[in-house]
Amino acid sequence: MNGLALHATGINHRYGKQQALIDIAFSLPAGTRCGLIGPDGAGKSSLLGLIAGVKKLQAGDLQVLGGSIEDRRHRNSLYPLIAFMPQGLGGNLYPELSIRENIRFFATLFGLSKADCDQRMHNLLLATDLARFADRPAGKLSGGMKQKLGLCCALIHDPDLLILDEPTTGVDPLSRRRFWELVESVRSERPQLTLLVATAYMEEAEQFEHCLMLDRGKLIADGLSHELAAITPSGKLDDAFTHFQGDSAHDNQPLVIPPRENGNSDIAIEAHDLTLRFGDFIAVNKVSFAIGRGEIFGFLGSNGCGKTTTMKVLTGLMPASEGSAMLLGNPVNAKDLATRKRVGFMSQSFSLYGELSVRQNLVLHAQLFDLPKADSGPRIDELIQRFDLSHIADQPSGKLPLGLRQRLSLAVAVLHRPEVLILDEPTSGVDPAARDDFWRLLVELSREQGVTIFLSTHFMNEAQRCDRISLMHAGKVLACDTPDALQQQFHGDTLEAAFVTCLEQAQGAPETATPNETVSAASAPPISKRGFSLARLLAVASREGKELLRDKVRMAFALLGAIFMMVIFGYGISLDVEKLAFAVYDQDQTPQSRAYLEAFRSSRYFAEQPPITDSAELHRRLQRSEIKLALEIPPGFGRDLYAGRQPAVAAWLDGGMPFRAETSRNYVEAVHQANLQQLAELNSTPLSRPAAAKLETRFRYNQDVVSVNAIGPGVMALILAFIPAMLTALGIVREKELGSITNFYATPLTRLEFLLGKQAPYLAVSLINLALLVAMNRWLFGVPFKGSGVTLAFGGLLYVLATTSMGLLISAFTRTQIAAILGTMIITSLPTIQFSGLIVPRSSLEGAAALMGMLFPAGYFLDVAVGTFTKALDLRQLWPQCLALFGFFLGFTGLSLVMLKKQEA
Amino acid sequence: MHKLAHILRLGIKELTSLRHDSVLLLFLFYAFTVAIYMPAAGSVIGVHNASVAFVDEDHGQLSRQLAQALQPPQFQPAAPLAYDQLDKVMDSGQYTFVINVPANFQADLLAGRQPSVQVNVDATAMSQAFMGAGYIGRIFQRELLTYSGQADVASRAPATLTTRALFNTNLEGGWFLAVIQIVNNITILAIVLTGTALLREREHGTLDHLLVLPLTALEIMLAKIWSNMLVVVLCTWLSLEVVVKGMLGVPLAGSLSLFLLVTALYLFASTALGIFLATLARSTPQFGLLAIPVIIPMLLLSGGSTPLDSMPQWLQWVMQGSPSTHFVSLSAAILFRDAGVNVVWPDLLALAGIGLLFFAVALARFRKSLAS
Repeated sequence: MNGLALHATGINHRYGKQQALIDIAFSLPAGTRCGLIGPDGAGKSSLLGLIAGVKKLQAGDLQVLGGSIEDRRHRNSLYPLIAFMPQGLGGNLYPELSIRENIRFFATLFGLSKADCDQRMHNLLLATDLARFADRPAGKLSGGMKQKLGLCCALIHDPDLLILDEPTTGVDPLSRRRFWELVESVRSERPQLTLLVATAYMEEAEQFEHCLMLDRGKLIADGLSHELAAITPSGKLDDAFTHFQGDSAHDNQPLVIPPRENGNSDIAIEAHDLTLRFGDFIAVNKVSFAIGRGEIFGFLGSNGCGKTTTMKVLTGLMPASEGSAMLLGNPVNAKDLATRKRVGFMSQSFSLYGELSVRQNLVLHAQLFDLPKADSGPRIDELIQRFDLSHIADQPSGKLPLGLRQRLSLAVAVLHRPEVLILDEPTSGVDPAARDDFWRLLVELSREQGVTIFLSTHFMNEAQRCDRISLMHAGKVLACDTPDALQQQFHGDTLEAAFVTCLEQAQGAPETATPNETVSAASAPPISKRGFSLARLLAVASREGKELLRDKVRMAFALLGAIFMMVIFGYGISLDVEKLAFAVYDQDQTPQSRAYLEAFRSSRYFAEQPPITDSAELHRRLQRSEIKLALEIPPGFGRDLYAGRQPAVAAWLDGGMPFRAETSRNYVEAVHQANLQQLAELNSTPLSRPAAAKLETRFRYNQDVVSVNAIGPGVMALILAFIPAMLTALGIVREKELGSITNFYATPLTRLEFLLGKQAPYLAVSLINLALLVAMNRWLFGVPFKGSGVTLAFGGLLYVLATTSMGLLISAFTRTQIAAILGTMIITSLPTIQFSGLIVPRSSLEGAAALMGMLFPAGYFLDVAVGTFTKALDLRQLWPQCLALFGFFLGFTGLSLVMLKKQEA
Repeated sequence: MHKLAHILRLGIKELTSLRHDSVLLLFLFYAFTVAIYMPAAGSVIGVHNASVAFVDEDHGQLSRQLAQALQPPQFQPAAPLAYDQLDKVMDSGQYTFVINVPANFQADLLAGRQPSVQVNVDATAMSQAFMGAGYIGRIFQRELLTYSGQADVASRAPATLTTRALFNTNLEGGWFLAVIQIVNNITILAIVLTGTALLREREHGTLDHLLVLPLTALEIMLAKIWSNMLVVVLCTWLSLEVVVKGMLGVPLAGSLSLFLLVTALYLFASTALGIFLATLARSTPQFGLLAIPVIIPMLLLSGGSTPLDSMPQWLQWVMQGSPSTHFVSLSAAILFRDAGVNVVWPDLLALAGIGLLFFAVALARFRKSLAS
């Protein structure tokens, strides 16, 4: 395959009004290495996403490995040939899974055998120095370690096109060196491998023979790196970039750092024997240092060595296990709001409000830091100018490229003019020109305003600019001095060399893959099955299952929640009305009226309250809900009764709760009717002849009309609608929100495999729930079981299939977890509670209500549950309901397939 | 002063976030329109629109008369049915009541042989079985008396009974259901919106960020509460005016402003509950599952869907601890019985007390969860 790996013409891409890529055209021969450089927001990630097939092409023609990316069949055949590592610190990894499990998951998606996978993983982990942490969950890794793991996941299969989006952002120099050694060794095995890398490190881009330069969505240069670099006298790519940019957006004056005056010897930040343990693991081990006021103090070290943790202790976000930390002369105290105002902190991961625009974020923080109104406006404008954010000031910050988000975070950190700045890798992912601008600001703050700056970085040129730096490894400070002194101490030509030597000394002999040991396995390349693959489905299912099993709390909530609800609904939902509070307003007070009322007083349905004395009181007590029923006996009741003048008794009901009122009316009428006979006897006139016909009322299925016999099985339908749907409702949307959905876009995983794989573990949990609920009905509530157990099990299986797939549909449709949870609650509650037949029989529903009941699975399962429990039915009678439930499963899954896109818009 | 400004600002931030989630807004719209209108318009409470089938083996004039005696709104027109279908339609739940008039019924009646009419009741239809059987019995008795020339007997009864319902004269189920749906949706929104919003901040790391700002847990919590309160009270008011009064034509007797005030108080209690639940859960999926066994019982057991008096005593006590029970009772009292503060103060006091308690517990837990 020695043709073109990539050929693009006329590519345009826009997000809303924002034009991200404009008329991109280039081609790249197979087997070459190509760097993609450009400032933040130039469109690098968009271009890489399009090439990887992760983003949907909007306009233009893009040929990748000999076929159009728009052709779905070609795209399907490309998945196994492309490895894509997205930007960001491990957003596509699964935090609950260990390093090993993450890699294994990707291997299965690409169809690797277990032996192959283990062999490759071994080599990859050695090369990236992750082998020691192989069983640590990805969520507990530092930013740089996540990057390395991301690379391992991308390299687990044999790609022909390797696309890396800023892979070494936040990776320490030693690891970075090994990282590229690893990529080279893969390349030596696969000469046809084309490498396309977006990077902020010019020295990395210079290693590659080919270079693409992007600026504001346009391709400004494309060619061989050394030819492009030769255009400027310095022979450097970044100067060439400025040249091609045309206008000088950034003045490229070399950054000069005036020496620090030693007049000020105050200590701003001090740590003494600071130690922090997580269980057995010592993250920070007796770290001590003192940073003077106005000093720029750099923190360097390998990934995961405890830099971030130390910074968090200093800001009060984490309490130290031992030792002390002082900030501006006071011990660090999380509750000290006054000190917080004097400190600016920027964390490694973006933690501003993504839905707010750049300006809104700044305004919000200005107000939270109580900046005076008159001051905050100009200050915000100044920062927007300074950080070159004006063209995106009104865009939602969450959608911005990493580099621009970092700039915004920095702007927020310095907004309130703090005396101390604690910055955790502030320039990771920021382009070189913007980095220089940022350093100009830091120098100005330090030298002119005496601001103390404590920052961590992986850029050696930045470390060089610090007044002092401290090298950290495995929780300990190895050395702390001025950059020049350290360079001498470790005999390095450059600071980077010194740093690498220092780390290697600390780590002992490097444990890298020996040259003979190649990364790729010798066996035949895996053949990724096209179309449906059970192995991939199982990989998704087992990953989802592992996450669920590890989340003991979620499992417990799912099971105990069902048991809890069954208990309280089994006892609590009863439609019988008993001991109805009533009072009499007896205006007659004769033996006849008392005899009439006695029938009410002795009934178990009524509970008498103190009598009423006037009609205003009657109204008032009903209004206060002290009584639900008032019986009013007219004056002269007894006399009229004897005279045959038909006195009229009035029953006043509280209509505020209609169901109760109607039930009460029914009871009152029944008691009154029974009373008539007695009254007639009092009156000594025969009421009627013996009844001409008899009425035989047969209460079927539930002779004693026991609520729980009908409600209990019905409640199962209710519980098994909510819990399974809630379990799956977050399945997809959570991946969308946290970023791992990219794996679905970039791997051979099909939509059906993804959906069914996600559903499987939750289906299993739901079946356990079903069994629990049936057992509770049978033995706790003693509901007699008369029908076919097999039918109930079968119907139950179909029902939870339907409800779990409904959850997935909600998940495919929504964009945030909030919407998914709310949607599940709101969509499920109405048809399940009101229209499923639990309280009101479905046969008396009409119109839209009946339709809603029909369009939701709960009612059908209610038929199955009640039918098998109380009506002694089996599949012969219940097959239509079962068929309907299966139909719901097919329908929901079909809709999810439509809603779920294999490419990002 | 600064504190108030912070609370205001953070709350506005919450509102901005809400505005950007169009799917969420769609659910919000649904909750306060369709989800109110549909159940109320098609409402069925008690014996209403009950389904009846009639197996007439006599084909006489009397049996036809009996069939026609079952009238809306309580009953649907009786559907004729063949005898051999009787078990099938009852098994499938197609009809709740099936009446069987045997052959020669009319002749036997006239001959004084006391024939029987059989009323089959599906006793799994809990809300209708018992009451409906009572209705049918009384209706048939009247018809039979009329037929056998004793029509005047009814008028000769020694005493008559008139039942009158106050506050909702025709016992329109929809009135009550519309308000209960609003109550239910408020419960769902209050708990879910605040709880998930808090967890979202934790998952995105913004909570960490808030903690390095000069803000206290109290400010963060109050900001979430007021912004949610505003949105939900506004939705409630619009829904009452447009959907309940306008489209459904429910005459709300009581004071709307008092009701909205009570709604705000309820939101205070329920959003605090949402925050409390969010501090118990470590991730959004956990929260979703934790919220179900809290919210659903609040929907079903607060006296809005099933009568409170018929629950076991221990459960009634438990439900007194839920703010929703008091809110349901307050809603019915204020909106339908036109009760003022002088009448409803005990529930009001209980709601405020529960709200404060929840708030205090949530605040303590929230502070603790932030510190760890």
